[in-house]
Amino acid sequence: MSTLGTALERVEDAALLMGRGRYIDDMPVAPGTGHAAILRSPHPHARLLGVDTARAEAHSGVHAVVTGEDARTWSTPFIVGVRQPMEHWCIATDRVRYAGEPVAIVVAEDRYRAEDALALIDVRYEALGAIVDPEATLAPEAPVLHEAVGSNLISERAFRYGEPEAAFANAAHTVATTVRYPRNSCTPIECLGLIATFEPGEDAYDVLSHFQGPMTLHPVMARALKVPGPRLRLRSVPDSGGSFGVKQAIVPFIVAMALAARKAARPVKWIEDRLEHLLAANAATNRVTRVEAAVEADGRITALRLDQLEDCGAYLKAPEPATLYRNHGNLTGPYRIANLAVRNRVVVTNKTPTGLNRGFGGPQLYYALERLMQRVAVTLGLDPLTVIRRNLVPAGAMPYRAAAGAVLDSGDFPATVDRGAAEGALDALRARRAAARAEGRLYGIGFAAVVESSISNMGYITTVLTPEERRKAGPKDGAVSHATVSVDPLGAVTVSADSIPQGQGHRTVLAQVVGDALGLAPERITVALEHDTQRDPWSIAAGNYSSRFAGAVAGTAHLAAVRVRGRLARIASQQLNCAADDVRFGQGRIFAAGNPENDLDFRRVASLPHWSPGSLPDGVPPGLRETARWSPPELTPPDDDDRVNSSATFSFIFDFCGVEVDRLTGAVAIDRYVTAHDAGRRLNPALVDGQIRGAFAHAVGAALYEELAYSEDGTFLSGTFADYLVPTACEVPDPVILHFDTPSPVTPLGAKGVGEGNCMTTPVCIANAVADALGADSLDLPLTPARLAELIHGPERPPADP
Amino acid sequence: MKPAPFDYLRADDEAEALEALAEAGDEARLLAGGQTLMPMLNMRLVEPAVLIDISGLPGRAGIDDAGAHIEVGAAATQASLLAWPPLAKRAPLLAEALPLLGHAQTRSRGTVCGSIAFADPSAELPLCLAALGGAVVLRSRAGTRTLPASEFQTGMLSTACREDEMVVAVRFPAAEPGAGYAFTEFARRHGDFAILAVAAIARANGITIGVGGVAEQPVVREWPALDGSALDDALNELAWSLDAADDAQASARYRRELVRGLGKRTVQAAEEARP
Repeated sequence: MSTLGTALERVEDAALLMGRGRYIDDMPVAPGTGHAAILRSPHPHARLLGVDTARAEAHSGVHAVVTGEDARTWSTPFIVGVRQPMEHWCIATDRVRYAGEPVAIVVAEDRYRAEDALALIDVRYEALGAIVDPEATLAPEAPVLHEAVGSNLISERAFRYGEPEAAFANAAHTVATTVRYPRNSCTPIECLGLIATFEPGEDAYDVLSHFQGPMTLHPVMARALKVPGPRLRLRSVPDSGGSFGVKQAIVPFIVAMALAARKAARPVKWIEDRLEHLLAANAATNRVTRVEAAVEADGRITALRLDQLEDCGAYLKAPEPATLYRNHGNLTGPYRIANLAVRNRVVVTNKTPTGLNRGFGGPQLYYALERLMQRVAVTLGLDPLTVIRRNLVPAGAMPYRAAAGAVLDSGDFPATVDRGAAEGALDALRARRAAARAEGRLYGIGFAAVVESSISNMGYITTVLTPEERRKAGPKDGAVSHATVSVDPLGAVTVSADSIPQGQGHRTVLAQVVGDALGLAPERITVALEHDTQRDPWSIAAGNYSSRFAGAVAGTAHLAAVRVRGRLARIASQQLNCAADDVRFGQGRIFAAGNPENDLDFRRVASLPHWSPGSLPDGVPPGLRETARWSPPELTPPDDDDRVNSSATFSFIFDFCGVEVDRLTGAVAIDRYVTAHDAGRRLNPALVDGQIRGAFAHAVGAALYEELAYSEDGTFLSGTFADYLVPTACEVPDPVILHFDTPSPVTPLGAKGVGEGNCMTTPVCIANAVADALGADSLDLPLTPARLAELIHGPERPPADP
Repeated sequence: MKPAPFDYLRADDEAEALEALAEAGDEARLLAGGQTLMPMLNMRLVEPAVLIDISGLPGRAGIDDAGAHIEVGAAATQASLLAWPPLAKRAPLLAEALPLLGHAQTRSRGTVCGSIAFADPSAELPLCLAALGGAVVLRSRAGTRTLPASEFQTGMLSTACREDEMVVAVRFPAAEPGAGYAFTEFARRHGDFAILAVAAIARANGITIGVGGVAEQPVVREWPALDGSALDDALNELAWSLDAADDAQASARYRRELVRGLGKRTVQAAEEARP
């Protein structure tokens, strides 16, 4: 019996539950390994006049102090994703542009001494004016971060699809809203960490870490270190304490600590602490979006106008501005809207550079889009669900090419909405709202519908370039995946793949996938996912991001396993006297379809290519290992009209919820939350639901609690978990999860991404419910009690007369 | 997040602790539960030369019912006070406040006296002590003195405790016959420091109300028995008198609304709790 599609328990958990996880900080280190601490800029913007390391270097136990001068000697600035003369060094050289930017690294006998020595480094700064607001940074009087660029606007592109001007001119109504999406982060429980080594004889670096990809960043790092790719060997540890994209932030530290290992002439270990992490690891982009719809009298939207202002912080850190472009093809969401006008601007401000974070661009986009849908409903006096339904792409239109180029591959959106509303008991929730309102309570219902992109097109980011620039640079497209299945002489199966999991349970699913193909129980499959760039097959799309695992990685492992099965079938067919096509696999046996009693042990058949290549059928190669490569042909480069199928497959999510807002405190209580998913074929339903619950918890944080806040002068205000409030089990309700599975025609197993979707739906679904409760038209996250109270409380009672 | 170097002294008895404290003066910090001190050390917000660990002082982990008051020793944890069987009967205000103080994990290490000595303006225990009119027992090599709560806490994170003194016990007045007690607070998450906390004691002839989280230290008022618009007027006067300020969590106006609203809920709850 195949376990594929069942809730098999995670093979990872036995070790983790016994405290035997192998995380980066558990890894053994070579004798003499130094421990690093980073001196970080206290200024959001300053000229660096001098860094005097003499006292620190003389401190007991200090091996080396590394500064921007060393960066200049051994490295180059990181490559930038737009054509601008911006220099981002791994350690600041002549200027600091955000609070927390590395200025020096101390390598010492232990972390305590390294931190002691930080206080002995004398840095002379000349403070400059700082700017943190993405609109204010465009003002002529704003301080310019990168003088060579000459402006804080580093990219601007306009896009036009269909006939948006005509649609707006003919529209019965136009409805607009402006939203300001805040900075936040999914804050994994384990911060960054690595062990870096330099081999002078080889002129090569070796870094052990939980770097998760995307592997597009490997050439970025190798180039910064001025070595050919193979001489930057990246190895991953067996376990990671979560990432949600955030561990991509380790990239500049891999380069910086590689230099530190070179200067200290010993391996260097660095474990980021929570203060460093919150201050300067990664953040999602904050974005200001004005979105406008041309609407018919019945609520049908004929055109959209989107003006997106993206704040990437002080430097454009690769792969940015990918957050802005990841959803470019699906800017119209799950809706049939043929006409679209877009202006995209990317700015720099004196804040931490942005990067990967669960949802990656989806939360920002859908917050604007789904707030707009709610505004359309209110403006036209329609039910929000009616407006959503009237605009959804109908099932008969699948696969549907959206205005900006995304091919929505499959699904029945209207049916998912109808069944979600029925099975999620929307009518009962409406009755509950009516009863609460009759008692004078502030109760509202919100909705959200999105398409969740997965398996990124390696060419989507080039949409930031003009068609002419793209022609010059050469085509970029596809999403190459590798997986290897090998069978040893005793019939034991090993799987490896180019996923670098961060806790999701990929080993479990791959054991299910390969066991399913070979007719073996999953416990007979060993899955080894510690990645080594020098020895494992990989391409630039490899890694753990863009929800590529279920669709791309598991699918490619399936293809490799099917090839192994094909080889074994040909060998077995000789012995079973049947055609290879008639050979079947199950319960560790291999047999002919017409005569299951006459079966062979899997192990015996698998031993032949090892022990007796001479007796193999003609054309069957010796040994038993297959590496499959897959790239979906649907992922083509952006065309000359800037249409791009930015992701290989799209899941559909429909959410609704009921919330109550406390009249006195403004606190939001989530009364009921329903989330209906079509994520294609579910390979392990328990892991799918775990992903949904996890994303939902992150999204409750984004909706109600979390903000990486800065004061106007650039001071960072969210430096600890007492300031950056992450919801705990007490604050996160259990959502009602519904599934309506439509297999994807694009991926080998029909699976789609599921782990990011609720980060896209839930914040705006909650906001729409709060808007409904309060009758508010403009709402920005996080919806803190104090902010909502301002909308509830009338004029304040004055103090009594003196 | 590694502390600067320090010496560590685990005191075997109170005399040894007081001796060390007298020698080191402001170079020393007392370590009891460490729930505030350890993060401050790790963030290098404090860099004491010596830590004097009093968590194991013999005879100082006790909770004694002395009739008129409940005396809690320097090493007694918040969890042990919460688990003290007569608590709900003898100190009903504490029974309501303690579950709101941090989390089970922090209460298991954090001490009652430590929270009083740290004197955070939003903390639950200093507010309870102030509203109840309790007292703090301080000891140094020179002797012992007992200060009423109103004289002990002198401002935000500041107290009348001298460098050579330690808080050896706090005294919470025992429940008065005929009085009702209530404690409410509003915090962003379960276990967070309160944006606003209110303690109320209702007696036949009057009300005591204490407010934490707004001013630099708990503010306590004694009112005659009030209800209806007279109570609203008194709460409004109290709200404006606290000089609330804007911060990252909440505006001054928001805090005043909470004083009016939570204040009323708490006073009413205390009235209802009267036997």
